[in-house]
Amino acid sequence: MQALDAIVQNYNYAITVFLMVSGLYIVIASGNMIKKIVGLSLFQTSVYLLYISAGKILGGTAPIIDRNYTIYSNPLPHVLILTAIVVGIATVALGLAIVARIHEEYGTIEEDEIFKETGL
Amino acid sequence: MELYINMALLTMLAAVTVAIIVQRDLFSVVILSGIYSFLMASVLIVLDAVDVAMTEASVGAGISTVVLIGTLYLTGQKRELNYHRSIAVPLFVSLGTGAMLIWGTWGLPAFGIQDAPVHTHIAPTFLLESIPETGVPNVVTTVLADYRSFDTFGETTVIFTAGLGVMLLLGGSRRKKKKGETKS
Repeated sequence: MQALDAIVQNYNYAITVFLMVSGLYIVIASGNMIKKIVGLSLFQTSVYLLYISAGKILGGTAPIIDRNYTIYSNPLPHVLILTAIVVGIATVALGLAIVARIHEEYGTIEEDEIFKETGL
Repeated sequence: MELYINMALLTMLAAVTVAIIVQRDLFSVVILSGIYSFLMASVLIVLDAVDVAMTEASVGAGISTVVLIGTLYLTGQKRELNYHRSIAVPLFVSLGTGAMLIWGTWGLPAFGIQDAPVHTHIAPTFLLESIPETGVPNVVTTVLADYRSFDTFGETTVIFTAGLGVMLLLGGSRRKKKKGETKS
């Protein structure tokens, strides 16, 4: 029972770490630049999960004031992550624009082909 | 109950992530990342972050997928090419990072308890003062637009800069191509 409790307590943190590590792995291991950007956005999204998990109170409700409820989850992480989501799409869009530009210049979005072409 | 819904959705999230790692067809990767964002939005609703869930569903699953498909169209590449890359270094780096992060989570308070340090610092002030000071019942809106509005102003600056960068990168190259055509 105690082991089950420990799993339930730490499940959010474990999944956050798994998503973050997977994003990091895709960014390093994949040679395709579009897949790299998807990996980057996985990495960013795992941070949202970490923050929102910290703000959750079990048995609480969304932080919209109503006289029928007394326990609310923490609104501050929500605000920070709203900002982070918008900055995340900005970085993804800029990264993809650079990928499109690289494709125009080299005719490929594979890292290995560009390295072969430029002799690096 | 909400704990188990949360755990089920998180397990599905992890499964989609594994699918993204092994999938080599780029269109599938893009669609899987859209599914990932919708699952993330569902998790956020379970965790009481309704405003964040709405933003994640529209921005993460909507705009981001459109931008990715647009790039697929511009580059015209269908599959990730199979090069013989060594997976030893990325595996070592990511597993090392993962071990350190797991070590870091040992010091965190248990999930969902009411007296964690996050909930006792400034959040009660926001929850109590929101109605008397601003008259807005949604506390997330109050903090975003009143207490931390300079933060939001900075965010709009970031978006503006990124938009400017995208326009310069894509618009500038089109001009160059036209010049090349007139030369030949």
